[in-house]
Amino acid sequence: MLRKSLPLRSSLCETEPMIELETDVLVVGSGGAGMYAAIEAAKHGASVILADRSLIGRGGATVMAMMTVAAAIGAQTPDSWENHFADTLAAGHGLCDESLAAILCEDGPKRILEMDSWKVGWAREDGHIKQAHAPGHDRPRCVYVDFLSTGPAVSKTLRHQLQGASGVRRVGDLMIVDIAVADRVACGATAIHLPTGEAVTLKAKSVVIATGGLTRLYRRNSASLNMSGDGYALALRAGAQLIDMEFVQFFPIGHLAPRLVGMDPIMWDPFRYKLGGVLLNGEMQEFEQRYVAEDSRNDGRYVLTRDLATYAIMKEVEAGRGSPAGGAYLSFQHVPETELRRAFGPVIDTLAQNGIDLKERPVEVAPIAHYHMGGIKVDTRFESAVLNLFACGEAVGGANGSNRLSGNAITEALVFGARAGQSAAEAARQSNRQRASEKAFAPALDLLARRRPSNGINPAEAIVELQALMMDKVGPFRTQEKLDSAIADIAQLTHAIGNDPFAAGVPFDSELVDWLDLRNMTQVAMSVTLAAHARQESRGSHQREDFPGLDPAWEFNQMIDYRDSRIALSRLPVQTARRRASVPA
Amino acid sequence: MTATLAIKRESPGKPAKVERFDVPFVPGQSVLDGLRYIRAHTDPTLAFRFSCINANACKECMMLIDSEVAYACTTRLHEGEMTLAPLPKKKLVNDLVTEIAPPDERLSNIRPSTTR
Repeated sequence: MLRKSLPLRSSLCETEPMIELETDVLVVGSGGAGMYAAIEAAKHGASVILADRSLIGRGGATVMAMMTVAAAIGAQTPDSWENHFADTLAAGHGLCDESLAAILCEDGPKRILEMDSWKVGWAREDGHIKQAHAPGHDRPRCVYVDFLSTGPAVSKTLRHQLQGASGVRRVGDLMIVDIAVADRVACGATAIHLPTGEAVTLKAKSVVIATGGLTRLYRRNSASLNMSGDGYALALRAGAQLIDMEFVQFFPIGHLAPRLVGMDPIMWDPFRYKLGGVLLNGEMQEFEQRYVAEDSRNDGRYVLTRDLATYAIMKEVEAGRGSPAGGAYLSFQHVPETELRRAFGPVIDTLAQNGIDLKERPVEVAPIAHYHMGGIKVDTRFESAVLNLFACGEAVGGANGSNRLSGNAITEALVFGARAGQSAAEAARQSNRQRASEKAFAPALDLLARRRPSNGINPAEAIVELQALMMDKVGPFRTQEKLDSAIADIAQLTHAIGNDPFAAGVPFDSELVDWLDLRNMTQVAMSVTLAAHARQESRGSHQREDFPGLDPAWEFNQMIDYRDSRIALSRLPVQTARRRASVPA
Repeated sequence: MTATLAIKRESPGKPAKVERFDVPFVPGQSVLDGLRYIRAHTDPTLAFRFSCINANACKECMMLIDSEVAYACTTRLHEGEMTLAPLPKKKLVNDLVTEIAPPDERLSNIRPSTTR
């Protein structure tokens, strides 16, 4: 069934071909955070394996980012990291881990300027880096690469740096199945090599999870295939804790219709910043002002904050005033063609290839799962509750509280990536030996050895079902009834897929990959749903229709543990630290 | 509307065959949308590469579409038959998947361990 084709070391296991690798630091995931972690760990003397289930530096969220990166570099207007910090905390509605938020804001400028020295190509104006004024910020703070090329430029720059970094081995098509743990210390991981189906054991003195978020759990998402919450599930099963899992950010004006390919569906936001853009309901009437009048949460600049705009669109659709595809119209018909071309250059041609002429007719938009505020609970060294297990980027929870400030996602990828890489190298230096034994890899190897044909369930179809139920029942607006129903549905799906992986026994086995994804996705979906069910208030991105409004009694974080194959909830006081970040870098 | 995707399926050691799948679509949908439909509704074993899902950012879904090298995510479905095959000049892995990673990012090329 499996082919043994690789000239690598022999196997421990008699029944399955196996490959063994060894390194100081293992970084899982090669988006912006993982690549930065690998670069920094190597710079601090560690040997590194950077593994990704897709190609290196091509999957994940960073490469898809079209928009802006927030950092108080003060190029456009005087600024300091404390101003950025204040805006980040305000957006987080009282739940930010302030130590992590402070690190994000304080280290941001250093990373942005380092990227500049690596020739990422931040847009410039009058001889300085140009900074845009994004919603929620008190001043222009957000750098970007024209035209809508921020993510690809960041990814390309980091890939280039990696190629020149000594001591980093990059391995694509390698999907991590489980973290290896010995005596509550992370000591590597077990993986599957997708092109051959072979099991791979990776011995490592420390491990960094940089797998991004979970937005693929939702039917409408701006995610890549890799964003199934892999890292959250890996961390949970390894014994780490998750924090703030109920806070999934929906982006209100994700592209809906006509079908648009070749672009990130959240692309309309920069169009709105630069050119304005009018939201209309199915009756071609403006409706934002009605909701602004009803709610004091709008920030007065961008008319509606993300959560309120999401609410307004969904309520219009519910009232039968949606656009034909079930969203709202977004119109740029008032903008002169020369202005469109000046602001977005070649992007206008890509739109034309999709049959979209912004002068002719409006597009349709609707809320779309975009980012996850929650994630792995770490300390200021980015270490989880499991020793030598680190996390960075969107995989980390807490820094953004209940709602992320726009522009903070790439900043946190770069800043947390660098910090986690440094910490992991330090941890590896202090471990004088590899702890991993056969025992640490045995559970995951045993899982892979139980591969068998499907019991009749199509795992790809089951993923579509899970995405539908999460969108409909654990979406932007939640009720006890819907959440109860979701808990039952997820439990049923978990039971249906069982404990033995489905596999077709072919190279690049899509059934096996989908089953392994479902294993992770059901655990992560349950974590989100249980936390959302427990939080009986509305705060930031978590909106309960049966508990409207923020309740000061709920100003604490919720934690998730995995014990005895069950997901358990607990509470944690908010981590406050109104002082400078204390960790030198 | 319906497109028929005639897909060349082959894996090392097995003879190539062409299988046809009917895919319903609305205008504007991509070949990648069609492939994902087949995986979820008809044949969960169909192997093809993609990561970013139609944003054309990851560049993984390159294949031969109607004999031209193209991205599945930016090529539109159309009525009638469309032929899909793996990239001809790359080593075949399975179905539409070929070895496209740079050589130094492949498991077969990396050293089992390093010390610094």
